[in-house]
Amino acid sequence: MIDKIFLIGNPNVGKSVVFSRLTGVQVISSNYPGTTIEIKKGYLKIDDQRIEVIDLPGTYSLEPSSKAEEAVSLLLKEYPRGQSVVINIIDATNLERNLYLTLQLIEEGYHLVVCLNMCDDTRHRGITIDTDRLEKLLGVPVVSSCAVTGMGIKLLIERIKEAKSVSRSRLTHEQRWQEIGRIIETVQQLSHRHHTLREVLEDASVRPLSGLLIAAAVIYASFKVVRFIGESLINKIFDPLFFNLFQPLLERLSPGLSQKGFLHHLLIGELIKGKIDFRQSLGLLTTAPYIEFAMVLPYIIAFYFMLSILEDIGFLPRLAILLDNLFHQLGLHGYAIIPVLLGFGCNVPGILATRILESKRERFIASVLISIGVPCVPLQAMIFGLLGRYGGFYVAGVYLVLFSLWLIIATVLNRTLKGYSPEFLIEIPPYRFPPLAILFRKVLLRIKGFIIEAVPIVLLGVLIVNILLFFKLFDIVTAVFAPLIQGLFGLPKQAVVALAIGFLRKDVAVGMLMPLGLTIKQLFIAVVLLSISFPCVATFIILLKELGIRDFIKAMAIMVVTFVAVGVILNFGIIH
Amino acid sequence: MKTAQKGKVAEVAGGKGLENRLMSMNVYQGKEITMLSHSVLRGPVTIKVGSSVIALGHGMAGKIIVQVE
Repeated sequence: MIDKIFLIGNPNVGKSVVFSRLTGVQVISSNYPGTTIEIKKGYLKIDDQRIEVIDLPGTYSLEPSSKAEEAVSLLLKEYPRGQSVVINIIDATNLERNLYLTLQLIEEGYHLVVCLNMCDDTRHRGITIDTDRLEKLLGVPVVSSCAVTGMGIKLLIERIKEAKSVSRSRLTHEQRWQEIGRIIETVQQLSHRHHTLREVLEDASVRPLSGLLIAAAVIYASFKVVRFIGESLINKIFDPLFFNLFQPLLERLSPGLSQKGFLHHLLIGELIKGKIDFRQSLGLLTTAPYIEFAMVLPYIIAFYFMLSILEDIGFLPRLAILLDNLFHQLGLHGYAIIPVLLGFGCNVPGILATRILESKRERFIASVLISIGVPCVPLQAMIFGLLGRYGGFYVAGVYLVLFSLWLIIATVLNRTLKGYSPEFLIEIPPYRFPPLAILFRKVLLRIKGFIIEAVPIVLLGVLIVNILLFFKLFDIVTAVFAPLIQGLFGLPKQAVVALAIGFLRKDVAVGMLMPLGLTIKQLFIAVVLLSISFPCVATFIILLKELGIRDFIKAMAIMVVTFVAVGVILNFGIIH
Repeated sequence: MKTAQKGKVAEVAGGKGLENRLMSMNVYQGKEITMLSHSVLRGPVTIKVGSSVIALGHGMAGKIIVQVE
């Protein structure tokens, strides 16, 4: 009786796509090695039996060389062989290298089914594989599939029952490769063909000069696209919805509640010049939804749309190569660009993705840098929304401060922390162009994630603030911290509330600066401080989980020092 | 080894760990590899092995001794 199915394979062969197809559980899949950092579980029904399906992070070999690989081989070893089936997913365009793991799995005696994925891609590359021959030679079922379109998945499910273990003698590494050479010769045929445009592009994007040009163009274009989509959504859809539909509705509701009453204060907030002002009223039905839906959500959509395209095409590992030199100065290697980029969306997945870095030291540096110097989309949307009115100069200023912090903090950490930074060793995937449906599904999944996680906390934040404000409870906190904030950072005492709320969510906190009537200097300082201050509560928890208590305290200490130093320097130093 | 040159791996002169890691990625003694690019300032090197492309740090790449054809 089998009750578990393990999905195993080399990095970036499409395990997660197969997993989604088998279980219906939506997971993020991308075109770079290391997308899956956690072991994911789902269920598949075969003949009325619920079988647990486990998606494992990619591994090249059963002899582990990294933490993730170690977890994989341990998990496989521990589970009784007779009760589990291992589906070995293979990238058909890369049969030779993939078979190494397959042979190891067979030698270990696992009940195996081989899933030859990405079969659609072999044709373009002039590769033909004789699946029947391969099945005979390996002695286990081989199913060809194309998981992004769903082809072959049904057959795969049918053949899970046929999974079997065959006895094969253990080989040495060299013998294994020789054996693979023999198998490849009989099952795979390569037809000669000319270089395609795709391959020319692939080569050009890793060469130093052309690579940098391409990267600069791609990044510039991405910014433009994100801004264009974001602004269009705001101007064409969300703003009209709020101003033309929602506001008249609320304005009818407002007189119904007594103006000085608690409920009015809670739901609508303050009336500005006798009218509801979505930016300043600070009510549960006014400012809270306006910030999330009309200021932040459009950029979330735009950002994840662009990021998902770059991920799926396979551009990110190439960017990593180009940035390797810069990141080495920071004690990281180029692949750290992936957690950093994810961090720009939301710090939480960014910090989780630092698991693709090998050493603890790198993970610490990357996590600190992300939580201090990488503003997430909600925060950035608010930075643009607030400072953008005063011109690009101030917006650029915020980024400049953050980037300088990066260089300073990373250089200091790199010099002082013990340990070494391992070198870069990754496989560079070919450029791929996945179906649009897959892309949209992924963007949708991320937007859904944002709404589920953000909206309740935003409402809660605004609720707490409103209750505290109504009963004038903030006055105590303000009184204690006001001298500090006023003296050190030159901010008015009401800004204490905003800085404190920054712990819950950054976008709400920046939103709370709006009604304060700050000067541009104060606004700039407050926004910078909010960007680098304590991460929001979600990031906070993830940091604690990923770093452990000792490193977490260290990270917090760095944050507090940076926070105070930057505030004082900005206040007394550069800007007047 | 220069860009676009082919060669056979003569030796992986690193520790056992590196040897095993490269081994599982299809880079081992006697295997033919092609150098695709190397970045300036001791940046990463990309090589082609079989049908896959691997990027590795400069130091690591230096440990792969290649017999150029």
